[in-house]
Amino acid sequence: MDFLRPASLAEALAAKAENPAAVPIAGGTDVMVELNFDRRRPPALLDLGRVAELARWGEENGHVRLGATVSYTRIVEELGTVLPGLAMAARTVGSPQIRNRAGVGGNLGSASPAGDAHPPLLAAGAEVELASVRGTRTVPVGEFFLGPKRSALAEDELITAVLVPRAAGPQQFAKVGTRNAMVIAVCSFGLALDTAARSVGTGIGSAGPTPLRAAEAEEFAAAALPWDEPAALDEATAREFGELVAAAARPIDDVRGSAAYRRHALAVLARRTLRWAWQDVSGGR
Amino acid sequence: MSRTDTRTESLTSTGTGGVGESPLRPDGTLKVRGEFAYSSDLWHEDMLWGATLRSPHPYARIRSIDVGPALTVPGVHVVLTHEDVPGENRYGLEHADQPVLAVDVVRYQGEPVAIVAADDPETARRAAARVRVDYEVLEPVTDAEAALADGAPVLHPDHPGGNLVRQVRIRFGDPAPTAPVVVSGEYTVGMQDQAFLGPESGMAVPAEDGGIDLYVATQWLHADQRQVCLALGLAPDKVRLHLAGVGGAFGAREDLSMQVHASLLALRTGKPVKIVYGREESFFGHVHRHPAVLRYEHGATRDGELVYVQAEIILDGGAYASTTAAVTGNAATLGAGPYRVPNVHIDCTGVYTNNPPCGAMRGFGAVQACFAYESQMDKLAEALGISPVEVRVRNALEQGSVMPTGQVVDSAAPVAELLERVRDRPLPPERGGPLDLRELPGGVSNTTHGEGVVRGVGYGVGVKNVGFSEGFDDYSTARVRLEVTAGEPVASVHTAAAEVGQGLVTLQAQIARTELGVARVVILPADTSVGSAGSTSASRQSYVTGGAVRAACEAVREAVLARVPGAAGLAGAAVVSASGEVLADLVEVLGEDVVERTVEWRHRPTEALDPATGRAFAHVQYAFAAHRAVVDVDTELGLVRVVELACAQDVGRAMNPDAVVGQIQGGSVQGLGLAVMEEIQVVDGVVRNASFTDYLIPTVLDTPPMPVEVLEYADPHAPYGLRGVGEPPTLSSTPAIVAAIRAATGRALTRAPVRPEHIVDG
Repeated sequence: MDFLRPASLAEALAAKAENPAAVPIAGGTDVMVELNFDRRRPPALLDLGRVAELARWGEENGHVRLGATVSYTRIVEELGTVLPGLAMAARTVGSPQIRNRAGVGGNLGSASPAGDAHPPLLAAGAEVELASVRGTRTVPVGEFFLGPKRSALAEDELITAVLVPRAAGPQQFAKVGTRNAMVIAVCSFGLALDTAARSVGTGIGSAGPTPLRAAEAEEFAAAALPWDEPAALDEATAREFGELVAAAARPIDDVRGSAAYRRHALAVLARRTLRWAWQDVSGGR
Repeated sequence: MSRTDTRTESLTSTGTGGVGESPLRPDGTLKVRGEFAYSSDLWHEDMLWGATLRSPHPYARIRSIDVGPALTVPGVHVVLTHEDVPGENRYGLEHADQPVLAVDVVRYQGEPVAIVAADDPETARRAAARVRVDYEVLEPVTDAEAALADGAPVLHPDHPGGNLVRQVRIRFGDPAPTAPVVVSGEYTVGMQDQAFLGPESGMAVPAEDGGIDLYVATQWLHADQRQVCLALGLAPDKVRLHLAGVGGAFGAREDLSMQVHASLLALRTGKPVKIVYGREESFFGHVHRHPAVLRYEHGATRDGELVYVQAEIILDGGAYASTTAAVTGNAATLGAGPYRVPNVHIDCTGVYTNNPPCGAMRGFGAVQACFAYESQMDKLAEALGISPVEVRVRNALEQGSVMPTGQVVDSAAPVAELLERVRDRPLPPERGGPLDLRELPGGVSNTTHGEGVVRGVGYGVGVKNVGFSEGFDDYSTARVRLEVTAGEPVASVHTAAAEVGQGLVTLQAQIARTELGVARVVILPADTSVGSAGSTSASRQSYVTGGAVRAACEAVREAVLARVPGAAGLAGAAVVSASGEVLADLVEVLGEDVVERTVEWRHRPTEALDPATGRAFAHVQYAFAAHRAVVDVDTELGLVRVVELACAQDVGRAMNPDAVVGQIQGGSVQGLGLAVMEEIQVVDGVVRNASFTDYLIPTVLDTPPMPVEVLEYADPHAPYGLRGVGEPPTLSSTPAIVAAIRAATGRALTRAPVRPEHIVDG
């Protein structure tokens, strides 16, 4: 197996164009497991560890441009204010060791329905930046996932960044697992309120073939929330929102949990996260 | 590196620290620094790597095996099948029912079919995958009760009794008792894995005499040796076992894994062969805890005194017997729990199926029974309207009580006191103050800020036998030597006892220091050049190997004292009189001499169970622990956080107080795992979660504060009065936690582990 070590993004893109079967590796959270279990034997690994362009983030035009290999630890420490939903999700990823190495690019690249970064990116309306020697394009994260572990990434492309709108209101993320740390989501939920646009974003994890948005729930909440006079959220609205989120899920029974439990839990998470987010609105925070 | 690296080096314990103290472990620094050589670190310049081809099917006939495609892989030295087993292609701890390599049938997913030796592990694994096995897939028998039904496929035609491995009947007192208050229930316990951190591994080195030196992480060198000899067709002097660094055991290393396979490959190739299982393979490489179905009925007076216990216990032994018979005996004889019950009727049955083989795991049959009888005691308390502790205390076993086997409990049994001690501890504070997600169910996954969270408290108490039971000739051998080295008296201790992380090497040094009055003790590597120490299991090594080391020390001491008139003891590197007066310097008394004694030491004999009634002096010692669990449950999501897990345990004598607390906390956490997360999920005989991604064990964030109260009521029959420590905390932790979850949720929860679905759906 070849181990390619480009020193710049240009070199990385050239290498990927030349070796489309090369598997990019940054933190290796998923890639190393697949190699160790002999489930995957690519002809080459493309190490992105030396590509400085991918390990940076910055703000431009109201977006945060978050490089693909910025670690979850840095997301927690540096982006808690501008991308609170993603930072909350980042805090639940694996162990401290994994969070020190792993980033959003790999999560997207694996395109697992259980990826912890996906629900907050969906809820925030993020776009994925894909680059190749042919040029750069962006894809809305909702269109990026095509199926379980399948994405819109072309074989000569690399995920270079995500473009995430700066939070315009409270955001929340919650994840159910069967232990209290280091656990893959049984199901998860991301929520983003935009108090200026009076819109609601959602993202569902681990309860469908891809991460999902709950479009009906978003529309319902946008219409039902008392934006003009933000008082305490009434129980019926929270409950209906939860039910609509649960209805948007397409879960299956598997080793981590049953479909029925996932739907139930999503309704609870959606209800709770909406209340927490709305507390911030009504509390003027 | 040479083949004799640190794994066969002696461990030296210096300074002070006799029995009852907590000196540092001689292997502790190495382990903490990551420098300890585990069996997976074995190395030899010329070694080959072995790999195992396993059956993907739980039940299938083998029509043919073609090793040809594997042999063509460059770097492959040899590919072996059952045809290459020179001795008997059979092994097993109780029944030799398991083939070294499958012949014409595979009975579980993961059964070894062929083995490969190659230049590197990758090549070996890939070559193994190229062996062509033509299977005729059969419908597996996956339900233990269905396996006993007429017409079920007979999985071991040579075994008398069809798929029944063993049934134990306990008949005590009135055969048809009645009681005014009756509670009944059916309980199930899932398949728990020992989840040790160091996967199965070892290295076989062919010797010039045609024999083999086998370095392996195991629990009982001599049991391995016996089985390896049979399979290889070699005499014991040709099969020499050496203990390699053991990364945890918990019962999972009692059965053979790679021992014979590596030896076969080494003998055939003439080169050292190393085999290391990966984590996924490890789930198929050892036995698990028996899943169980337990149907109980308890009858009591209106005052809450037990009148009778009736129970039917079914243990799924899986494809091969392993220790199923002994597990069945334990679940039966301990099935009424640590209570005085005048009338007991228990049928306990161990069964063959095509599920993964089950055998030894910490608690060994007593764990499953404890979950059921403790769940019943809570039910009884509720029916009587008294507290869970009260109903237990009213019926608590005590010294002089009679077990359902008719055995009189002839040493301390402070069951009531243990319960009262955990009950009387102050409760942990209620949640309060600013939001800290780590203090809530779900932790930083941010699933609740307090919504739906209800606190519950639950209790459990259990009884475990210590040592091998039912008439087994349970002994250990110790060789102790005393000599002067570099001007200092040094004791060396040589046994075949497996240090698996529990701290036996520390304890051996403490005993030698106490008995011989020396500071410096060398613990020689465990191997088969000294007699058997028995298994590191059944909470028995402190008792049995501890007893053997003490006896050997006493023999050495006697020989030394005989040299000095008026001598009564050894202390402070001197020979002393009865009044403690120094009579002579030990260095001078010994001079150039080496005083060495080897002692084979036995505990009191036990008896086989009467086949009709189970009557017998079956167990040499009983051990007891009690837990109080405090949990917070998110009742809407079904997520649990154990807030505190307090334990009280009688250890007879705390030989090493720090190690005792460590064992109690470790056992408690293993019970916590069974209560809320640990289960090998098997569907149609196929394991669905053979990885630490989906077989979850508690992390530090799942592990609560665990205050421990250690009681020391000496057992006059045991060395130093000690009582085995390792297993009892694993029993009562699980039912205490489940009881606490019941208290918080009102759910019946008849199954361990409790999954979120069970709490949410009832």
